[in-house]
Amino acid sequence: MAFGLGVVKGMGITLKHFVDSYVIGFKAQPSASGDLPAPSAVFGGMPLTTGGMQTAQYPEEKLPVPERFRYLPFLVYDEEPDHERAQFDGIRCTACGICAKVCPPQCIWIVQGRGDDGKPRAVSSEFYIDASICMSCGFCAEYCPFDAIKMDHEYELSSYERHESWVYDLQELLHPVAYHAAIHPTDYARELAETHAKDQAKRQKEATRAAAAADSGEDAEAIKRQKAEARAKFLEDRARRKAAEAGGDGAGG
Amino acid sequence: MTMTPVLQPAAAVHPPPSELAAAAAARLPDAASVDEGDALVVEAARLIEVARELRDGLGLDYLMDVTCVDWLDRMETVYHIGASTGGSPLTVKVVLDRSDPIVPSLYSVYPGADFLEREVYDMFGVRFAGHPNLKRILMWEGFAGFPLRKDWREAYFEEEQKPFGSRWPSGRFFFGEDKLAAWGDNIKYPTGYTAEGIGAESAGTRDEAYVLEADALHHTPDIGADRIVVNMGPQHPSTHGVFQMRLTLDGETIVDLEPVMGYMHRNHEKIGERNLWLGNMPFTDRLDYIAQLGNEWGYALCVERLMGAVVPERAEYIRVVLAELNRIQSHFWSIGFLLNDLGAFFTPSLYCIEERELVLDLFEMTTGSRLMCNYMRFGGVAYDLPAEFMPLAERLVFDRLERSIDELDNYLTGNEIVMERMQGVGILPPELAIAYATSGPVIRGSGVPYDIRKSDPYGIYDRFDWDVVTRPEGDVYARYMVRIGEMYQSLRILKQALRSLPEGEILGGRKAWQVRVPAGAYYSRIENPRGELGYYCVSDGKSNPFRYHVRSPCFVNLTSLGEMCKGHKVADVVAILGSIDIVLGEVDR
Repeated sequence: MAFGLGVVKGMGITLKHFVDSYVIGFKAQPSASGDLPAPSAVFGGMPLTTGGMQTAQYPEEKLPVPERFRYLPFLVYDEEPDHERAQFDGIRCTACGICAKVCPPQCIWIVQGRGDDGKPRAVSSEFYIDASICMSCGFCAEYCPFDAIKMDHEYELSSYERHESWVYDLQELLHPVAYHAAIHPTDYARELAETHAKDQAKRQKEATRAAAAADSGEDAEAIKRQKAEARAKFLEDRARRKAAEAGGDGAGG
Repeated sequence: MTMTPVLQPAAAVHPPPSELAAAAAARLPDAASVDEGDALVVEAARLIEVARELRDGLGLDYLMDVTCVDWLDRMETVYHIGASTGGSPLTVKVVLDRSDPIVPSLYSVYPGADFLEREVYDMFGVRFAGHPNLKRILMWEGFAGFPLRKDWREAYFEEEQKPFGSRWPSGRFFFGEDKLAAWGDNIKYPTGYTAEGIGAESAGTRDEAYVLEADALHHTPDIGADRIVVNMGPQHPSTHGVFQMRLTLDGETIVDLEPVMGYMHRNHEKIGERNLWLGNMPFTDRLDYIAQLGNEWGYALCVERLMGAVVPERAEYIRVVLAELNRIQSHFWSIGFLLNDLGAFFTPSLYCIEERELVLDLFEMTTGSRLMCNYMRFGGVAYDLPAEFMPLAERLVFDRLERSIDELDNYLTGNEIVMERMQGVGILPPELAIAYATSGPVIRGSGVPYDIRKSDPYGIYDRFDWDVVTRPEGDVYARYMVRIGEMYQSLRILKQALRSLPEGEILGGRKAWQVRVPAGAYYSRIENPRGELGYYCVSDGKSNPFRYHVRSPCFVNLTSLGEMCKGHKVADVVAILGSIDIVLGEVDR
């Protein structure tokens, strides 16, 4: 190989990229306001097909993050809470504790709430996440059966103090469901579909039961009678069997 | 430049572990027996004899792993020995007295046992009689106790096992520093320990020992020059992290090199034994953080085998797609940084990183994170591929990546400086590569076609048409060429996998955060970009692993570093280390 050819080839590639940076990439995008193009434009095309200048002027410009991007967990509350849970501000968390148990670094602390009568209720009255320990694994959101805890997209969290301000309490963690719907559109759609399906199933079940009851008021009575008879027979059988066993033991002893 | 894929001979029929163990026990019936887990149980006194028989009689020439299990009433050293030609490994166990665990060192039979035995000594206090350099490897000299013994407790110890009782239902937050006794009875020093050294009568500090050693080597007859010891690292840009090499130099030439590691040791295995089975998944990402998905896959394989979980077809394909993309981005990274080490400061590596970022974009949209993916689950994967994944992946695989690798190959492979610096440097002959239990591009760069995807296939790799890449030279250039060739082969696999990606379930069984793992033990291994990554898990049927061990490819590959560097110059050490491509997250664990 001729001496110096490697250098020439190397400079060639530099030149190509230099030219590209003026022809394709961000500089060639129509956006002059400093905003980045829509996420679909970034993920759907540019970086894959082109070379060129790809520098985003962070923090003025921010690259969009995909929906599944996860940083820290947050808690979801419904703006229009269920009637029975209205007194707890529509917080979806039921303090079942799965997130606290599955959390690999054990950074979630939950206190189960109590109603006015002092009895434990399916709600968390205190909820802490130690963000300095959280490893952003997303297990809490993945295994929450109530879609109550989700992973946030917010990643600019620096603070001047590294103890108290890193322990997020319930008020800091709560976000409205609209926020969740905005950053996780696909996940929220799935949630709605599931709720809808559940509602449908429940309504259908009730309807069938009502229909069955209306259909055959007498039959229901008959079934009840049959059941009572069967139970009486069962109890009788058991008593007889027990007596026989006891007798057998006595004989053996 | 072209790569030279070596066609594997038609898949040989390898015996299953049970037959291997039976054959071994038949050869030495008075010294070894087979237990119910198909492991060969050997008397400590006759271990070396058995090992010789396994190596010379049965052709098991590759000691991949040495570890230990502390059963509280006894110790058990566990060896995994396989053949470099393929097949599943044989498990060999030696039961030891826990109050005075001592076992003969296998160093004389398998030199690759060097670091692995030192690690067991360091972590469990098992002494290996006949080991040439038995001292701590991950912990420092002034450390008392053996951190992987079952009764050992770390600083800020809370409870034996997670989940911790304080978190729910009455969890009121406290700072560990305030409530847990960091400096209570958890931290111990050896008797007689001072900052200056252990005991008054000992030969002074470790550094003094090195000076003495250097003095002993003092006189060089030919030119009468002094030998000096140079500490390269731990703060050195070319050590790829916090890693130290003690070089003994004769002028500029290396006479001896000793790797010193453990600066990033965090007792990963102990953390793993406190965690739930599932809780280890995100921790595996933090081992070799350039090859996250491979790490997760290896662990998932191990637990799936213990559980008997079945992985659906689509999940198998997704795993292959992501693992091969992972291999490509990892090789891009390592080639880029090898060039950095050679002095081409960041120009080639930035081009490499550009491609890598595109792969990471795919990871981010699929798993939610670029590096710490936490994507594999026992019996499948966590989420299905997002809608936008396929078009992007297809463009990358069928169009862009091939051209990028061509570009690398075109500009670097024939470059005269690259060739000057890499050819003939750091030669590792094939027999040494096997003896030192190297794996990945290091062993294949020495001409040994040892790739677990072919030699002991896992997942669905046996369905794809691809070749194992080897090079006969055994130098830095050969390892570089193997990486280039492997990227092309990964693309071949990816093309087939993307074309035939089936629809269907992504997780076998019910999605559960707590899994039932029946009692048993299994050693799973996968071909990670850096070599053979193994997980040895022992379950006692509870919710946490009883023993969780990681066989790190980088850690074992470093065993051969000293041998490769002897006789070269200091600048070559940087290139040789770059060609092994270590990731300290995995070396130190």
